[in-house]
Amino acid sequence: MKSKSRAKAKKTTRKIKEKIIERLLFASATVSVITTLAILGVLLFEAIGFFRQVSIIEFFTGTKWTPLIQPQHFGVIPLIWGTILVTTIALGVAAPVGLGSAIFLSEYAPDKLRRIVKPVLELLAGVPTVVYGYFALTFITPFLKQNVFLEMIVFNALSAGLVMGIMIIPMISSLSEDAMLAVPQSFREGAYALGARKHEVALRVVIPSALSGIVASFILAISRAIGETMIVSIAGGSTARLTLNPLESIQTMTAYIAQISLGEAPFGSLEYRTIFSVGLTLFLMTLAVNLFGQWVAKRYWKRY
Amino acid sequence: MKRRTTILTIAIIAIITVSLAYWYYTTATQKLSGTIEIDGSSTVFPITQAVAEEFQKTNPDVRVNVGVSGTGGGFKRFTVGETDISDASRPIKASEAQIAEQNGIEYIEFEVALDGLAVVVNKDNTWVNYMTVQELNMTWRPNSTVYKWSDIRPEWPDQPIILYGPGMDSGTFDYFTEVIVGTVDSIRSTDEWTSSEDDNVLVQGVAGDSEALGYFGYAYYKENIDKLKIVPIDSGSGPVTPSDETVNSGQYTPLSRPLFIYVNKESLARVEVKAFVRFYMENALQLVAEVGYTPLPSSVYQENLSKL
Repeated sequence: MKSKSRAKAKKTTRKIKEKIIERLLFASATVSVITTLAILGVLLFEAIGFFRQVSIIEFFTGTKWTPLIQPQHFGVIPLIWGTILVTTIALGVAAPVGLGSAIFLSEYAPDKLRRIVKPVLELLAGVPTVVYGYFALTFITPFLKQNVFLEMIVFNALSAGLVMGIMIIPMISSLSEDAMLAVPQSFREGAYALGARKHEVALRVVIPSALSGIVASFILAISRAIGETMIVSIAGGSTARLTLNPLESIQTMTAYIAQISLGEAPFGSLEYRTIFSVGLTLFLMTLAVNLFGQWVAKRYWKRY
Repeated sequence: MKRRTTILTIAIIAIITVSLAYWYYTTATQKLSGTIEIDGSSTVFPITQAVAEEFQKTNPDVRVNVGVSGTGGGFKRFTVGETDISDASRPIKASEAQIAEQNGIEYIEFEVALDGLAVVVNKDNTWVNYMTVQELNMTWRPNSTVYKWSDIRPEWPDQPIILYGPGMDSGTFDYFTEVIVGTVDSIRSTDEWTSSEDDNVLVQGVAGDSEALGYFGYAYYKENIDKLKIVPIDSGSGPVTPSDETVNSGQYTPLSRPLFIYVNKESLARVEVKAFVRFYMENALQLVAEVGYTPLPSSVYQENLSKL
């Protein structure tokens, strides 16, 4: 009858609608996968062209990076080291401050204080990195030069690292705090019942239980620091050198890529291809950090 | 009915009148419009930018975009037809001219100013009163063994020397290496000095480190005269300090050099570009001096105008 076929038609159109929506959502999910694969593809393609002319061994073991002048050297280690140096300094700032803030906010702070402090911390993440860069160059560096490190050079790893650390504090504090808040209250109550003091509860009960989330926040912060370009370009310098002294100029992988991209390296030349070989190295490094983080998180993840 | 047609007629007449008036106004006053793309040397940039600003005051419908990719970077774009005008702190290279020819780009070279390359040290540097060309060569050439001030002159401090210089895309770099090191683009290893295409970065570096030594266009020194100390250069006949007189007379040698703009002939056929270049030559004498460079004799600018 008419109404029955009508009802059936309605059911089919509903099914079709569902299918369409499902397909669209699937498409949006695949966009990010496809983009990542495309980026990797471009990097690999050009990097292969690069490694046809420069030996991989020289690239990954050489300690001199001078691709723009004669004689050319293509040892990427100074750039990797620049990245590591600045990232380590940044973590040295962000880890204690971030973790400390997280512990304070989750274990000690009254709710009213937490509602004010937490958004203010998040503001740090909202400051444009270019502003951070100039803050490092025009405020931090002169301040440190005059009062603490008189032999510091204007463009140096320490200022860049310190400011980068400030930038990533919210990443560590926010995520660690969320992880700590997820720890059941019963854990804390049990510890108090056993006579533990507040700091013992925080450090020896809550943190170990929230470890997986805390480690995840660290990994995220490290990835962010490795990929940061603006701060190091402005305040870190453009001298690719292998040095333990953070008061000297260095160059990170990201700053080098920025320098070449803004310059006049002819398209398709060897200098141009260094963008992609360094980019690939950066990609692999970030990938390794992320995979490591995932493994650690999985290993220590506790379900409550 | 009659009322409606009357209103309609008046409206149509009004629209026609206003349109005619507008068309007459725009064509009669010949308002220039369009976009002019300029890129190239950071040394020439202040001059071209000053000209562009003044020009846009009287021709607000013309957009003049001036970039600072460096002389080399500017030519890279110019020789493929991306820009109308290229700022250059050195003449066009043979290789660049060849690329232009391959792409069918014809151009005219205009000399617009003279520039002295200033060698500077920090304001707190008390030991440098002058430097010789040989000492500069010793410091900047490839495989240089100069790492401390005392490596240049034994009586100078036993402190590490911190070097700042324009990057490899800079015409200033090309010129300095040509006349000081002896071979164009030949310089000591890049992991021993700080490079930047942005001369303001170099000023910041030299002004911040008491052991610094750097070089860039004289105008940037003039602008930051309170933060830097100029180094007189001795090329064999005694130390000479760069100034308008010594640069113009050629006494400040070998670090005096001409600055150019290169104009695409095809772009010159456009009304607004021609007007801009004409404006440039007519006002260069005043604007170049205002910016801090050394203007050429007015006869040169007259000759440039005749090339248009």
